[in-house]
Amino acid sequence: MAKIIVDGTELDVPPDFTLLQAAEQTGAEIPRFCFHERLSIAGNCRMCLVEVKGSPKPVASCAMAVKDLRPGPNGEPPVVITNSPYVKKAREGVMEFLLINHPLDCPICDQGGECDLQDQAMAYGSDASRFAENKRAVEDKYIGPLVKTVMTRCIQCTRCVRFSTEVAGVPDLGSIGRGEDMEITTYLEKAMTSELQGNVIDLCPVGALTSKPYAFAARPWELSKTETIDVMDALGSNIRVDARGREVLRIMPRLNEDVNEEWISDKTRFVWDGLKTQRLDRPYIREAGKLRPATWNEAFTLIAEKVKATKPKKIGAIAGDLASVEDIFALKGLMSNLGVKNLDCRQDGVALDPSFGRASYIFNPGVSGIDTADVILLVGSNPRWEAPVLNARIRKAWRLNGTKVAVIGEQADLTYAYDYLGAGVDTLNGVVDGSHSFSKTLKDAKRAIVIVGQGALIGENGAGVLSLAAKAADAIGSLTDEFSGLAVLHTAASRVGALDLGFVPGEGGLGLAGMLKPKALDVLFLLGADEVDVPAGPFVIYQGTHGDRGAHRADVILPGAAYTEKHGTWVNTEGRVQIGSRATFPPGDAREDWAILRALSDVLGVKLPYDSFAQLRATLYAAYPHMAAADQILAGDVASLKSLAGRGGAVQAGLAFRSSIENFYFSNPIARASALMAECATLAAGGKLEAAE
Amino acid sequence: MSVRRLAAVQPESFAFTPENVKWAKGIIAKYPEGRQASAVISLLWKAQEQHGGWLPEPAIRAVADMLGMAYIRVLEVATFYTMFALQPVGKHFVQVCGTTPCLLRGADKLMHVCEKVIGHQNHVTEDGQLSWLEVECLGSCSNAPMAQINYDYFEDLDPESFEKLLDDLRNDRPVKPGPQVERACSGPVGGPTTLLDQSLYDGSVVGSWKKRFDETKAAKEAATVQAATEAAKPKETSPGEKQAAKQPTDKTKGA
Ligand code: SF4
Ligand code: FES
Ligand code: FES
Repeated sequence: MAKIIVDGTELDVPPDFTLLQAAEQTGAEIPRFCFHERLSIAGNCRMCLVEVKGSPKPVASCAMAVKDLRPGPNGEPPVVITNSPYVKKAREGVMEFLLINHPLDCPICDQGGECDLQDQAMAYGSDASRFAENKRAVEDKYIGPLVKTVMTRCIQCTRCVRFSTEVAGVPDLGSIGRGEDMEITTYLEKAMTSELQGNVIDLCPVGALTSKPYAFAARPWELSKTETIDVMDALGSNIRVDARGREVLRIMPRLNEDVNEEWISDKTRFVWDGLKTQRLDRPYIREAGKLRPATWNEAFTLIAEKVKATKPKKIGAIAGDLASVEDIFALKGLMSNLGVKNLDCRQDGVALDPSFGRASYIFNPGVSGIDTADVILLVGSNPRWEAPVLNARIRKAWRLNGTKVAVIGEQADLTYAYDYLGAGVDTLNGVVDGSHSFSKTLKDAKRAIVIVGQGALIGENGAGVLSLAAKAADAIGSLTDEFSGLAVLHTAASRVGALDLGFVPGEGGLGLAGMLKPKALDVLFLLGADEVDVPAGPFVIYQGTHGDRGAHRADVILPGAAYTEKHGTWVNTEGRVQIGSRATFPPGDAREDWAILRALSDVLGVKLPYDSFAQLRATLYAAYPHMAAADQILAGDVASLKSLAGRGGAVQAGLAFRSSIENFYFSNPIARASALMAECATLAAGGKLEAAE
Repeated sequence: MSVRRLAAVQPESFAFTPENVKWAKGIIAKYPEGRQASAVISLLWKAQEQHGGWLPEPAIRAVADMLGMAYIRVLEVATFYTMFALQPVGKHFVQVCGTTPCLLRGADKLMHVCEKVIGHQNHVTEDGQLSWLEVECLGSCSNAPMAQINYDYFEDLDPESFEKLLDDLRNDRPVKPGPQVERACSGPVGGPTTLLDQSLYDGSVVGSWKKRFDETKAAKEAATVQAATEAAKPKETSPGEKQAAKQPTDKTKGA
């Protein structure tokens, strides 16, 4: 620890703290443009100047470490002053220079109202310019369909360049030219290819990089801001949904160190246009092969008729990937009241099962556990597309901590270097029995994480592979009481919650594969389940939000609420219970899903025992107490993983693993309805073609 | 300096010649594993040389691929350093210094000559022989005004000599690099004015300092020897003298 005096307060801080960090400990506010906690230090904007006693010039506090200051003549701690007139004058000088070439077009700038330059100009700007010459102007650059550029506004802080190079790991952006002619661009104005590129919009302290889809849509102060949870992947990124009236206008990340830090993927950020198109806004009934609008009553009556005409054994229900815990709980209640045991939530047919214990299907080390891992083994997973923000975290560990990454499965570009061990089961077996050359590295590691992707767990080999992965984790010493290194990476936001609730076949019930066999069922209830192919035969009730695959097959459609339109709980891949809130209302006649199920239960004569959302939650919490602990993880227990390792199971030799995500931009019905995601997908496909040439 | 952009018309492709590839490998090998990017400037420079004095876009990609760098990283370097010409240049690429000392000595007139003979900046004459650019100080201010043409400096120019120089270059006549007036390097015009003594250069004074040094040393030694012999003589020094010699030491001790 090093001593330092900031504004008269003596502090004890780690010696590698910067002056800016030290000053913040006292509550002093230091203005900044280029400095960002999660990026390397550039020290090029000079806005953070402070006075250091004994220094002939003001010092850029973001780039000076406490340990680099000399003590006073008698060994007193160095003295830093952040609020003297000298400092103010220095910063005013910097601001004046910054504004020389800034267009001052705030009235037509989308950043207006949430602009760092605007805010800091209030504190350090002057009311008039002494600059009579021509301002420089910079041509706008095309850098893709997501980020709009007005490059004349750029103040060359290089945050965007550092982000794409360091955090995203896709060095698209760069600064060309020098001095006054420096410009930010991509190589020959190609579209950026990072799946995290939207974050540069938040990072850009001015209005140079703004959201293209949100361009000229609203001012920040007109928007209602709702803090909620993302469902585009199973990470459960914390987001803020900004809406005006009934319309979601943009989605921004919220800070959560344990989950998404402050990043979100482009799918999370830009999927909102999909919330407006292809929406199911009233019930439909299929008549003579065609869907026709209907009333709720008609729809419910028809369902009741069909349900009454068959036996519980011939009824099934599948929960989709975006459903909230409450929805699934209500559906499960309804089904058990009907005596139905044919339930499943594993649309992709993975072999995860709550009976193996919670530890068998969650990301045991936790997302933040990645930061302290020394080796990470990816089994049948491509985190870049399955959970981009998590991938950025692995990249961070690889980059800053020297964490080693190894892959069994597909050889894909993950934005970091890794040891490629092999394609599938045989390699994993080699790791288990220690015959693989990499086993030693894994064994020597103190905290090795084995990340198992859904791709490895699909199909009849799934159970065997899961057990094998647990065995591998055990063999390398990652299953101990303090540290459990088996991490299941989900792709569906609803999955862990559904498994927690036991939304899997009851005794003698059919699973997904059984239910989808022709003639297996008479009535099938899909709760937003769009990833399954239902054969001809059963009467399909689809409750969901978008006219996607499920709705096309449906005989009755019940319009539900999307994730931004309801209160709900989602449990992320690490088993963290997170609570989302409603930002807007569902369109037209659509209703919140739990309410639909509750109403339907009444019509079916098996009324669910709650009349309000609060009552539902109380019932839920009584049955599953851990759901009440928001933001907490109910840890799985290692013993169950050990017994999982011992279970074994048939695995076909030579089986190769593939990631379960085929197209990142089309992984759920909302994304498939989004024109923007379609554009991104086309671009990504084009990008791949180009690379192959 | 204006905004530097890649040329609008670019060649289809670029590849180093086998010799240059070999040379490049040698350069890359100088840097430790994982630090190959350090070779970027050398390679870009070689590419520019090979490509007739300017750097085409495919060369930027070729260098990036060789060094495992992102294209944008190499573009950053190529656009940052003005020594990389991004636009085609003439066979003789004239860089006229326009910084203060040269300007005070008439660089503006040289630039007028360029305008007249070649045309505006960054424009290659039809015969492909000449193009010019105003640059910042090239470090030859004592011979201002000056211009760098390809690898040579042409100094102490005036409009007439410069125009003639350009004409000679255009017609591939031999030219003399360096000062264009009577002067050796940056020595005084019209020959030297100091250090004229010819003996300075005929070797006769070689080692004179050593001689002087030896002489002084010998004299000193002689003096010591003499003193020693005198001290060896019995009791010739008076007691008073001895005391005086001792006194300062005593005083210091007492203080
Ligand atoms: S575009 Fe924005 S983030 Fe990038 S350098 Fe310019 S001001 Fe900084
Ligand atoms: S914040 Fe310190 S120089 Fe930019
Ligand atoms: S000013 Fe022209 S060479 Fe220095």
